[in-house]
Amino acid sequence: MRLYVILLILMGTLFGVALMIGPAGIAPLDSLRALIFGGDGPMTLVMREIRLPRALLALMIGAALGMSGAAMQGYLRNPLADPGLIGVSGSAALGAVIAIQTGIAATTTLALPVSALVGALVGVVLVLMLAGPRGGSLTLILAGIAISALAGALTSLVLNLSPNPFAANDIVFWMMGSLADRSMTHVWLVLPLIVVGLGMLALMRRGLDALTLGEDAAQAMGINLAQLRLLLVLGTACVVGASTAVAGAIGFIGLVVPHMLRGWVGARPGRLLWASALGGAVMLLAADIAVRVILPMRDLKLGVVTALVGAPLFLHLIYRTRRGL
Amino acid sequence: MTLLSVKGLAVSLGGRSVLQDVSLTVDKGEVVGLIGPNGAGKTTLMRAILGLVPHQGRSSLAQLSPRARGRAAAWMPQTREIAWPVSVETLVALGRTPHLAPGQRASAEDRAAVDRALKRMGLQEFRHRIATALSGGEQARVLMARALAQDAPLLMADEPIAGLDPAHQISTMRTFASLAAEGQAVIVSLHDLGLGVRHCTRLIVLDQGRIVADGAPTSVLTPALLRDTFGISAWFETTPQGAVFQPLEVLE
Amino acid sequence: MPRGVAPFMSGSMHSSRSALGLVLSGVLVCSAPVLAPVMARAEMPARVVSMNLCTDQLAMMLAAPGQLRSVSFLASDPRSSAMAEEAASYPANRGQAEEIYLMQPDLVVAGAYTSRATVALLQRLGVQVEIFAPVTALDDVPAQITRMGDVLGQQDKAAQIIATYEADLKAFQQESGRSPTAVLYEANGYTSGAQSLSGQILATAGFTNLANEAAYAWGANMPLEVLVMKAPEAVITSRSYPGGSRAEDILSHPALRATQDRRAEGSVSDSDWVCGTPYVLRAVAQMVSLRHTLTNGED
Repeated sequence: MRLYVILLILMGTLFGVALMIGPAGIAPLDSLRALIFGGDGPMTLVMREIRLPRALLALMIGAALGMSGAAMQGYLRNPLADPGLIGVSGSAALGAVIAIQTGIAATTTLALPVSALVGALVGVVLVLMLAGPRGGSLTLILAGIAISALAGALTSLVLNLSPNPFAANDIVFWMMGSLADRSMTHVWLVLPLIVVGLGMLALMRRGLDALTLGEDAAQAMGINLAQLRLLLVLGTACVVGASTAVAGAIGFIGLVVPHMLRGWVGARPGRLLWASALGGAVMLLAADIAVRVILPMRDLKLGVVTALVGAPLFLHLIYRTRRGL
Repeated sequence: MTLLSVKGLAVSLGGRSVLQDVSLTVDKGEVVGLIGPNGAGKTTLMRAILGLVPHQGRSSLAQLSPRARGRAAAWMPQTREIAWPVSVETLVALGRTPHLAPGQRASAEDRAAVDRALKRMGLQEFRHRIATALSGGEQARVLMARALAQDAPLLMADEPIAGLDPAHQISTMRTFASLAAEGQAVIVSLHDLGLGVRHCTRLIVLDQGRIVADGAPTSVLTPALLRDTFGISAWFETTPQGAVFQPLEVLE
Repeated sequence: MPRGVAPFMSGSMHSSRSALGLVLSGVLVCSAPVLAPVMARAEMPARVVSMNLCTDQLAMMLAAPGQLRSVSFLASDPRSSAMAEEAASYPANRGQAEEIYLMQPDLVVAGAYTSRATVALLQRLGVQVEIFAPVTALDDVPAQITRMGDVLGQQDKAAQIIATYEADLKAFQQESGRSPTAVLYEANGYTSGAQSLSGQILATAGFTNLANEAAYAWGANMPLEVLVMKAPEAVITSRSYPGGSRAEDILSHPALRATQDRRAEGSVSDSDWVCGTPYVLRAVAQMVSLRHTLTNGED
């Protein structure tokens, strides 16, 4: 309980900071006043149409990636699982890019996130098929490398084939992720999918706890494994698909956050779900503040910051689990 | 009272028949030892009884809904898996899973069941230790406690005493006996025929997917069965200290 | 509308391209008789290949019939090239050393950003390559034309074009009136300041460019919220390309649209803006008319 309070306070604080930080250099109090009370000036526009959606998206997408990482790790019983690392985000990006380049995305608003969702779905199903139910570290990482590489290559191919001269530059965005200049439209676009996805993942709580004892024991205790797998697949596809559609593939949040919080929840994979959602929101808000503090005038990609934190941890985890490899 | 009835159970895995026409019933108060050579189908039989593998025939447990089955029988798989560094108490409390409705929190009754299980396995001092940091034998006892906390009338355990020291092997078998005395029943697969003879009320011998003998230990372990099924000879006497069984030679 | 720029500005923006075409073809025809002595006194390359969008256009303006053998594929794309129609009659190249070499050019004209590896390879193979740096100022356009005239051996034609250009430019510079504020805004939030060709086009048309900090002098990304806070009277965006991209999303951001709603919206077609050719004056003219809409009714 104390953990949730700490995380909520942290999240609220960072949300406030995220609203007050930006290249326009508006005084913090003025910015909050403009946000809450509005007004005619450009400041209201900046606060309500640029900074607020950015902070909201960081919060939502961070929560989505954090919880999906915790759910995958719990299901596969492997601390190396992360939607970004094992190619689910990459597949979602491919889905989004295909939707944009084929023009489907322009036909209806929902086409973009749904297409990314389908991409994520394919990615997560492939990973589960290749890695097997127990998710051995070696097969999981190899499957992840293969799927990431394939999705990345196809994404680059689609973007290079595009008649749009800027499409090829977008490769960096789709691979590294960014929240720059998103709008409230994007918030409304992803909110339902993320809420539904988080709901599905949260339902896995008891099943994941029981899986600590292995599939056989969990099943014998009344856990429906097929249903659990379906929740994981659909829930992950919803949250990762929606997140990637608007922010690109942001890696490592689903890896770092559950790892850091595991000790706080007594290593229980079920309890780790909501804790990781809050932790993910905290981490992505912090990362998005960092990119704006480090290079305020340029769009430094989020993946740069999350990888700087996450990659050393990933190496450490591989080192620790190398006996399992 | 019958806790389990199985009729004509058969299992094929990958086109190969691994279990054929198994029928048995288990009543309360029984400690059933399931014995047989490697590959005889002991694990498959227990999993089929629980409905964890596709099967033909009828098993009263497999017909229950998953949660009802979880309350009717506890299952201790052979692989001792503890995936995360949770505390012993947390792990044992997982045994209460089938008793909790979705979203329901552990009640006083659940906590009492956990306490009883910990006490029974002599694990009170381990309550707050991290399960994955324990020795293999200690982990086996913790997992056993988890199965006990499930408070099911029937306990099914797959080689629960493999890898335990002699004292813990004996005390585990005694635990089964005391559970049976309290009105529950136990099905336990074993390789140690000596412990089976001393602590089981009944032995079922499985060979090549079929039951070849079923009954009281003294009537089951005949020299002919030992020769045909296990390929060994043995010394088997009823002494003032109880039945003593000692395998002797491998027969050509 | 200033006098003297009539050839570049007559009629609407759409028809001005064909008007310009007429003017240029007139130049070609008129200058034909004087070409002979030029050829005689300068060494005139007979097979010229251009590898860069901007050299493409300069070469098409200046080369004698048959002298220019190929232009880059971008030259025939109306989104980036002001001379797409003319370019259609030339074989297109994609800047590969192999295909260029097989055209057996005695001169290759390329841009400073043409692949160095390709240029080096061609030079090693004995092909003469002339590199043209991008033009960043309206005043540098004549020098660029002069140089192209020199390397093609078309000095007289170059001089004629320059004379027209300078007269037209002068006419724009003499214009007066209020200077509304504006920001150029392209994909990824790229904006151009005073040291850039686009920035000079804007300034010459009588706008005050709000991207006036040193950081934007040559062009840099301006975060959307900075743009919104600057509240320019006009935001001049680039037209979006087909296929869509994340980079162009910013141009349809609600905050930007809200900014534009209250003010004038301008749109630039890249083709007139990217290269240091006389067509930049067409861009200036377009901006002048935008300024007039903005200041209409004032004084």
